[in-house]
Amino acid sequence: MPDGDVVIRVENVAKRYQVGHISTRRNGHDTLRDAIVRSTKNFARKTMDVVYGRQIVEGDAVEDFWALNDVSFDVTRGEVLGIVGANGAGKSTLLKILSRVTEPTKGRIMISGRVASLLEVGTGFHPELSGRENVFLNGAILGMTRSEIRAQFDGIVAFAAVERFLDTPVKRYSTGMQVRLAFAVAAHLRSEILIVDEVLAVGDGEFQKKCLGKMGDVARSGRTVLLVSHNLGSLRSLCSHGILLSEGRLITAGSISSVLKAYSAKNQLSSRVYPQESIVRRVAVYQDMNKIVLELEYSELRGKLTIPGFGFVIHDTDGRPILGHNPMLEGKNLDTPWPNEGIVRAIVSSPTLLDGVYIVSVFLGDPYSTIFRDPNCLAFSISGAVDSLYQLPPEQVGSVYPECRYEFIPLEVRNEAVNASPSDS
Amino acid sequence: MQIVLEAGRVEKNYWRDLWRYRELFQVLAWRDVAVRYKQTIIGVVWAVLRPVLTMLIFTIIFARIAKLPSEGSAPYPLMVLAGMLPWTFFSTALSDASNSLIGSAGLISKIYFPRLIIPTATIVVAFVDLAISFGILGVMMIWYQFWPSWRILLLPFFVLLAFLASLGPGLWVTALNVKYRDFRYVVPFALQLGLYISPVGFSSSVVPEKWRLLYSLNPNVGVIDGFRWCILDRGSRIHWTGLGISLIAIAFFLWLGIRQFRKMEKTFADLI
Repeated sequence: MPDGDVVIRVENVAKRYQVGHISTRRNGHDTLRDAIVRSTKNFARKTMDVVYGRQIVEGDAVEDFWALNDVSFDVTRGEVLGIVGANGAGKSTLLKILSRVTEPTKGRIMISGRVASLLEVGTGFHPELSGRENVFLNGAILGMTRSEIRAQFDGIVAFAAVERFLDTPVKRYSTGMQVRLAFAVAAHLRSEILIVDEVLAVGDGEFQKKCLGKMGDVARSGRTVLLVSHNLGSLRSLCSHGILLSEGRLITAGSISSVLKAYSAKNQLSSRVYPQESIVRRVAVYQDMNKIVLELEYSELRGKLTIPGFGFVIHDTDGRPILGHNPMLEGKNLDTPWPNEGIVRAIVSSPTLLDGVYIVSVFLGDPYSTIFRDPNCLAFSISGAVDSLYQLPPEQVGSVYPECRYEFIPLEVRNEAVNASPSDS
Repeated sequence: MQIVLEAGRVEKNYWRDLWRYRELFQVLAWRDVAVRYKQTIIGVVWAVLRPVLTMLIFTIIFARIAKLPSEGSAPYPLMVLAGMLPWTFFSTALSDASNSLIGSAGLISKIYFPRLIIPTATIVVAFVDLAISFGILGVMMIWYQFWPSWRILLLPFFVLLAFLASLGPGLWVTALNVKYRDFRYVVPFALQLGLYISPVGFSSSVVPEKWRLLYSLNPNVGVIDGFRWCILDRGSRIHWTGLGISLIAIAFFLWLGIRQFRKMEKTFADLI
C-alpha cells in the first residue's frame, strides 16, 4: 500500500512488444520458388499462431522488444513530474501503462486517486458533429460527467475562442481551431492525477503560450501531474521532479534540474569525426543545461604549434555570425599546460542561445600558422537553454538571450537626482 | 480509490466500473445515432426502404414462386416483416459490433475505459432502425386491418432476447477481429448465409418436425418465432422446446463472447 503521500508507486515495471523482421536476401535475387517456400512457411506459422491464440506478427523472424525494463519510482501528492528521454526511450509506453490503456508485462503499479490522461489532443473528436457536440463527446471520453462539462462549458468555449462556430461541424474547422477546442476541453479536466503527453507542442505561438499558462496553473494548483515533453525549458519551469529514461530503463530520478542535467550530459548534440590523417580527430558540440560546450579532439600537436589557439564562431542557418571567440585574437594565450594529444574544450556559459539550429565553425592554430579550419564544421540544435516558461521568438528578437534586469524609477526621484548630481561632483 | 495495475490481473470491480462509465456509453451511443444518417441524401428513408424492399422480394420469391404457406391467417408480407424485424436488428447489430473496435482504434490506444462499452453502444444504434421498422409494421397492420392481441405485450422480452442474441456473437467476433482481421470478411458472408438459414422469408413451421430441435440451435430461430408469436397472434404457434434450445444457444454465445472479450480486452491497445 502506498503510504500517506505516495500517490503513484511503480515497481519493477516492464513492457514487452513483439516485433517481426522480414529477412532480405543478400544478393537481391528472389526466385519464384524461394518466394513460394517463404510464403508457405509464413502461412504455416500464422496458422499455428491462430491455433494457439497468439498474436500474428508480420515477417519471418520474431523478436522480443522491451519498451520498458525494470522501471521503479514513486510520485508523491502534488508533485509535478517531468519525464525526459530521447525518442524511443519508453516515455509514451510508460504513460500508456499508467493511464491503463495497456497493461505491464511485469511488475506492478499502485495508483490512488482519479486519473485523467491526455495522451493526444482531440482523441475521439468526430468530424461530422458540431463543436458543441464534440465538447460533450470529448469530455465524456476524457472521463468528465455531463454535469461537469455543462458547468465548465462556457469556460471551455471562451478558452478555445470558437464561440461563433459552435454549431458548425468540426470537419469545417481549421486544424488550429480543432486543436484549440480539444485542448480547451482537456484543460478543464478535474482530477487528482493528470497525465499529459507532449501536447504542449501544438497550435500557434499565441495559443501555446495560453496552454503553457494553463499547465502552469494546473501545476500550481497542487494536483499531481506527470508530463512528457521535449521542450526542456518548459519542463524546467513547470516541474518539481523528473525521471530520465533511456532505452526503456530508468537512468535517474530526482529534482528536475538534476534530471535535466543528466539528460543534456547524455545528449551529445552533434559531433563530427575527421579522417585518421587529420590532426583534429573529432569536433563535438553539446548543451549542458544553459551552457554550450565545444570539444575538439586532436593528436600530435607538439612541434606544429608554439601555443595552441582554439577559436570558434557560431552562425545562424543563414550564415550570419552570432557569437564567437578566439583568445589568440584578443592577445590572450591559453596559459595552461596542454597535452600533445587530447581534447580542448570551450565552455560558453554566457550568453545563452534561444531554441533553434546553429552552425559552428572552428579554428585551431597559433599566430604564425593555421593548422586546422573548418568554416562549416557542424550543425547543432539548442533547446531549453533559457530558464523560462515561454521562449522569446528568435526571429524577432535575435537568437542571443541577454541577461537583463528591469527597474523602475519614479520621475521626481530622477529629477532630484539630476538636480543633485552637479553639486555632488 | 486505489487501483493496482499488474500483468494478467483480473479486475475485481469490472461490472461496477462498467456502470461508472455509463455516461460514456450514452454519449458514444448518441454519437453513433447522430452520425449514422448525416450527409446522406434521404437520411432515415434508408432505414425504411431496406426492410420494405426486402419484404417485397421475399414475398414474391417465397409466397408467389415457391408457394410456401404463411403462419395461420396472417398475410404473407406481414409474416415476413415480423421476421425481418429481429433479423435486420441482428444483422445490423452484429456487423456494426464486429467492426466497432477496429473503428475506434484511436480511442482504444489513447484512453482507458471498459472496452465492452464500444460494441454494446453500436448495438443501441440498431435499436433505432428497429424502432423505425416497427413504424412500418404498424402501417402495414393498419393496411391489412390486422389487430394484435395481448401477446404483443410480451414483445419487449423478445426484443431483449434479440439484443442478447446479437451481443454474444458480436463481442466474440469483435474481440477476435482485433487480433485476426480475417473475421472482417467472415461476418458479411455468415450474415448472407444466415438470412437463408434463419426463418426470415418463410415460417419455421415448414421445417420438418424431426429437424425442428436441431434447427432451433440457431439462436435466431427462437427470437424470430417469438416475434411472430407476439405480433401475428392468430394461428401462430410457438415451438416451446425449440425456444428453450434457442435460449440455451443464446446464453452459450453470450458466455463465449464475454469470456473471449474479457480475456483479450487488456491487449487491445497493443494489437489494434
